[in-house]
Amino acid sequence: MTATAYRSEIVVTEAGFAQLVRSEWTKFRTVRGWVIGLLLAAVLTVLLGFTVLGGPTPCGAATDCVVVGPNGEAVVDRFVFVQQELTGDGSITARVSSLTGRIPDFDAPEGADPVAGRTRPGVVPWAKAGVIIKESGTQGSPYAAVMLTGGHGVRMQDNFTNDVAGAQIPSTEPHWLRLTRAGDTVTGYESTDGRTWIPVGTAQLTGNPATVHAGMFVASPEYEVTTQQVGGTNSIGDQSQATAAFDNVDLEGGASGGEWTVLGIDGEDSSGSDQSGEAGGNGPDRNVAAAPAVQQFVESDGTFTMTGSGDIAPAVAGPGGNTIERGLVGVFAGLVAILVVSTSFVTAEFRRGLIRTTFIASPRRGRVLAAKAVVLGTATFVVGLVSALIAVVVITQLRRSAGGIVLPVSLLTEVRVVVGTAALLALAAVFALAVGTILRRSAAALTVTILLTVLPYLLAVASVLPADPAQWLLRITPAAGFAVTQSTPEYAQVDTAYLPSIGFFPLAPWAGFAVLCIWTALALGLANVALQRRDA
Amino acid sequence: MKSALHAEWTKLRTVPGTGWLLLVVVVLTVGLSWLATSAVHFQAREPQDQVKISLVGVQAGQAVVAVLGVLIITGEYSSGMIRSTLAAIPRRWPMLAAKATVLTGMVLLAGTVAVLGSLMLARLTLPSNGFTANNGFTVLSLTDPQTLRATAGSILYLALIGLLSLGMATLIRDTAVAVGVVLGLLYLFPILIQVVGDPDWKRRLEQIAPTNAGLGIQSTVDLQSLAISPWMGMGVLAAWATTAMVAAAVMLRWRDA
Repeated sequence: MTATAYRSEIVVTEAGFAQLVRSEWTKFRTVRGWVIGLLLAAVLTVLLGFTVLGGPTPCGAATDCVVVGPNGEAVVDRFVFVQQELTGDGSITARVSSLTGRIPDFDAPEGADPVAGRTRPGVVPWAKAGVIIKESGTQGSPYAAVMLTGGHGVRMQDNFTNDVAGAQIPSTEPHWLRLTRAGDTVTGYESTDGRTWIPVGTAQLTGNPATVHAGMFVASPEYEVTTQQVGGTNSIGDQSQATAAFDNVDLEGGASGGEWTVLGIDGEDSSGSDQSGEAGGNGPDRNVAAAPAVQQFVESDGTFTMTGSGDIAPAVAGPGGNTIERGLVGVFAGLVAILVVSTSFVTAEFRRGLIRTTFIASPRRGRVLAAKAVVLGTATFVVGLVSALIAVVVITQLRRSAGGIVLPVSLLTEVRVVVGTAALLALAAVFALAVGTILRRSAAALTVTILLTVLPYLLAVASVLPADPAQWLLRITPAAGFAVTQSTPEYAQVDTAYLPSIGFFPLAPWAGFAVLCIWTALALGLANVALQRRDA
Repeated sequence: MKSALHAEWTKLRTVPGTGWLLLVVVVLTVGLSWLATSAVHFQAREPQDQVKISLVGVQAGQAVVAVLGVLIITGEYSSGMIRSTLAAIPRRWPMLAAKATVLTGMVLLAGTVAVLGSLMLARLTLPSNGFTANNGFTVLSLTDPQTLRATAGSILYLALIGLLSLGMATLIRDTAVAVGVVLGLLYLFPILIQVVGDPDWKRRLEQIAPTNAGLGIQSTVDLQSLAISPWMGMGVLAAWATTAMVAAAVMLRWRDA
């Protein structure tokens, strides 16, 4: 009788990646502190968002006091409009013979005369005078215009966001402008002599009624000086004024031959208040009384002289944070909680020696790191997605219903902000995991990750640093990733301070996010090398 | 008490991380201050506070001070050393007091080097950025009572942050959680204050936040605009630190190590 030694029937193979992920997930979900940490991150993210409620309520009882343009974004639409009705195809031609203006003089001595002494001659760069075809007298209605500007030459603009440059000529030079309408297409032309016409651009005003308004306009946006200094952002701004003279005015086609009348586009008559100008302007909390758009209009011998303020442009976010991402302030608290969990997820294994068991079970160390990253990244992404969605949607809704101004954004942008925030949290978690793997100690790893993610944001955004170093921090540190939460873009055709303290990041949303991706990839690479080289 | 102090001093001195952490406190503080002073330019229209700009690095240095305050106690909990410590010094309050004393001494030393270093660099960089007598600025000097207050206050601020961290860490015991809570406390308030909607609440938060209230001590210009006066603000931070330390002492006595 021979006895055979027992041999296990189980075939010994290396665990697949799926099993590794499963084992890491089991570790993660069975440590109570880590699960509590993630839940706490979600709760903090949502709850702290509620602190943005309250404050000024410029809309009062009105549910929607923001002027919205044809593309769905908030706009400023206040200008002097001398117009006639135009039915069907036709064209409007005029020569801008002069464009002058007055801008506020912030260095004026105290007690200077409020009109003459507090302003000085000058035209703001985006003062506009030209010809325009606009669907109706309602603010925010579609339009196409070709214009001479104070400092940016000839431009063809339509529907608030589109801006095409024409000849770069000084505003002092008289210039001929023409718009022709053929069906839905409006084409802008410019000319130096009224005979040779050069096309500037075309605009599609789809779905316009047969009868539209055509005429001359003048607008001059608010002039402001904003600086980000140590300890605070200073901003002073006031209305500027532009005066334009038009001659050789010619309206052809349709029902031309009527009277030229002034149509003040300033929202005065629509809601009984002039919120629109301020709301659009540059933030509702700028205490600048909106000057009436129409200040003067004289016609003599075919020369039209018009003076006015205002702008036809997209609205940009103001220093009060009238954007949807303001509700995401709790993300920073959530982020700190997530970083604590993420660094512990690996440093605890080193401290307790569990890492040796882990590496016996799976000798290929890089795959363990990858499995940990997958588990942690997925868990934090899901937590981030749910909490960011609640923070953005619910808090924006509450702010609007309380009468606050929140600039509307497209659904796609809203999705980008929410998903971007979740991805940001997930990447930061993986970054912390990698740093924890490199440094092996929770205190060091956590401090490094907080100093690299939260502190640069704080220094840049809470005006601790002046604008220049603040912008550099938001370009090169992992905090650049927060750019993905910026919902309203910068516009070249609006002059305002695009500073970190007002919510503008120096990098485009996905570019900033890419910076965080690079940091995370580098840290993961280093962590992998460290794992291979060192004893566990 | 003397032997307790000696024991704590020996432990802190021989742990390899301490020297590095203190060095990092100095480097981060001076580095960030230097970044700010070399980037700032004189602006005619705004009241600029050259002392505050020069000491801005404290905002970064405090994080490392906090870590030092946390590690001095949680390091013992994670390694089990705390049991040996308490076997040697069974009375827990003297043990905590000894830790607090040694920590404060270290932080005061590193803080003095860091803050004076920042100020000296600022003396060199600021005049070339327009902070000159022509524009109404005097050369930074400790003989100016306001500057002296800001400088001494910044050092004191760091010491109080260390005590606050030690107290919180004694309560929490876990290194990662304690570092997260303390740094969260230091850095989240200023971000929150930036966006809080209600102006009354904003002011109230500025009055109670340890960083915002405590760092008011660095202001030398436009003191009326502060939510809380410099020394009152320092008092608020001291109250935070005291509360944390008292709670820590009580819990230390109650709980098993």
